[in-house]
Amino acid sequence: MILEVLEFGFMQRALIAGISVAITSSVIGLFLVLRRNSLFGDALSHAAFGGIAIGLATNIYPLWTGLTLSILGALGITKLRQYAKIPADATVAILLSSGLALGILLISISGGFTLDLFSFLFGSIMLVSVEDTLAILAMTGIILSIIILLYRQLMYITFDEEQARVSGLPISKLNYLFIILASVAVIVSMRLVGILLVSSLLVIPNVTALLFNKGFKKTALISVSLSIFSVVTGIAISYAANLAPAGTIVLVSTAVFLTVLAARHYSKKKQIVKKLEEARS
Amino acid sequence: MQIVEIDRLSYAYSGNLVLDNISFTIDEGDILGIIGPNGAGKTTLFSCMLGLLDDYIGTIKILGEDIKKKNNKVFKSIGYIQQKKTIEQNFPATVEEIVSLGITITDKTSKEKIALALETVGLLAQKDRRVGELSGGQQQRVLIAKAMVNNPKLLILDEPVTGIDLEMQNKFYSLLKKLNQENKITIIWASHDLDAVNRFATSVACINRSMFFHGKTYEFFENPDLLKAYSESSMQAHMHLHNHTHRG
Repeated sequence: MILEVLEFGFMQRALIAGISVAITSSVIGLFLVLRRNSLFGDALSHAAFGGIAIGLATNIYPLWTGLTLSILGALGITKLRQYAKIPADATVAILLSSGLALGILLISISGGFTLDLFSFLFGSIMLVSVEDTLAILAMTGIILSIIILLYRQLMYITFDEEQARVSGLPISKLNYLFIILASVAVIVSMRLVGILLVSSLLVIPNVTALLFNKGFKKTALISVSLSIFSVVTGIAISYAANLAPAGTIVLVSTAVFLTVLAARHYSKKKQIVKKLEEARS
Repeated sequence: MQIVEIDRLSYAYSGNLVLDNISFTIDEGDILGIIGPNGAGKTTLFSCMLGLLDDYIGTIKILGEDIKKKNNKVFKSIGYIQQKKTIEQNFPATVEEIVSLGITITDKTSKEKIALALETVGLLAQKDRRVGELSGGQQQRVLIAKAMVNNPKLLILDEPVTGIDLEMQNKFYSLLKKLNQENKITIIWASHDLDAVNRFATSVACINRSMFFHGKTYEFFENPDLLKAYSESSMQAHMHLHNHTHRG
């Protein structure tokens, strides 16, 4: 049965695209979570929503307009934060609501929600074309190469931005580059889970991986593995039970998080009891 | 050779003069203890020296280079440990990973450099532990290892032992002395601990917005008039800060 399903072209594409997205989003998400910027992905995806609406209204390929608006919005908001000293969460709120508002305005002008727009809002992993899959693979390759190349610098900024600045790292350039990478990752992830659930792919696998209390590299590897597991299991369950893939993937991811959390709680309790017994004997 | 040359440095923030016409130099191999009450401008002085603030008047030269030129080579020769740095307990990094951040260019020798730095601070056996699991004193030693792994010419330490127990403080000071003597690292160190400054610094700069005293350690500590004037000025600054806080 499983092998038969894997012979379908749409399922092969869904799995290849899904695994690529799982890797990209968890790697980018680790830096966002550690920089206490978990909702930045949400802001980027909502800005992209405005861009996609522009694309649909003007007949330009919506992913490009989405990506452009998402990058421009994120860079603009970062500049604003630096100059006007606005708190990070407030700038996220500005970008998120402005992007959404622009999208809603353009949709109302162009006559309401279309099927295309729904697929961007809720994801359409089972419908990815060969071209989409190749584009997702290429973007994943580019993002991963840059992250591997700049891994130590990005980790330094995440650990302590002031120390990284003092050590001579070009902080502004690295931050802008990271924002562009995050925007690309969000656009890529939107094909899988849609605008509304993008941030879950960035955040949940990383928060789960942090529960393992490992070093940076190991945490990143755990996060990537959990993300791939959630995506593949989510696609399989959604196909078998005829459920919405995006929602299923995110709920599998949440279930993994809750399982790890419970296991950690149980093992901590066990350790405390063991310590007490050792002390008594 | 002079490692640091500061000439008529002044800095104002929100209408307050934080540093007023500060001038001093530091010779290679010196341990300069910078003392002064809270709000005296010690951290601001370091921020200017490290290029974190650049809207000051006057010149700061490190290794002969004006730091406003933002020469990366100069910044890479500086190790810096900031005031009361607490590492977030859940940050997912091992001791080895944190120390590796201090290396500018990674190559085949990186592992050896990290091991050597960790051995110097006595934490080689802990290299695979998560940094958040260590005690405050051990974390501080990890940050020192990170600051020295790139073999800096100058170490800048801003009240590095705040919140660390006495035994660890003494170990820390002995380590500084060792780094200074064996690795020939020049050290600038801001502290409230006059006794430690007396024991470990080779020279002292006493600032309270402006330079109150700069000279050899014994010249300061063996002069009762200077010590008395220093404690009076510290008390005034403390009262000023206290009143300011309560009014604000």
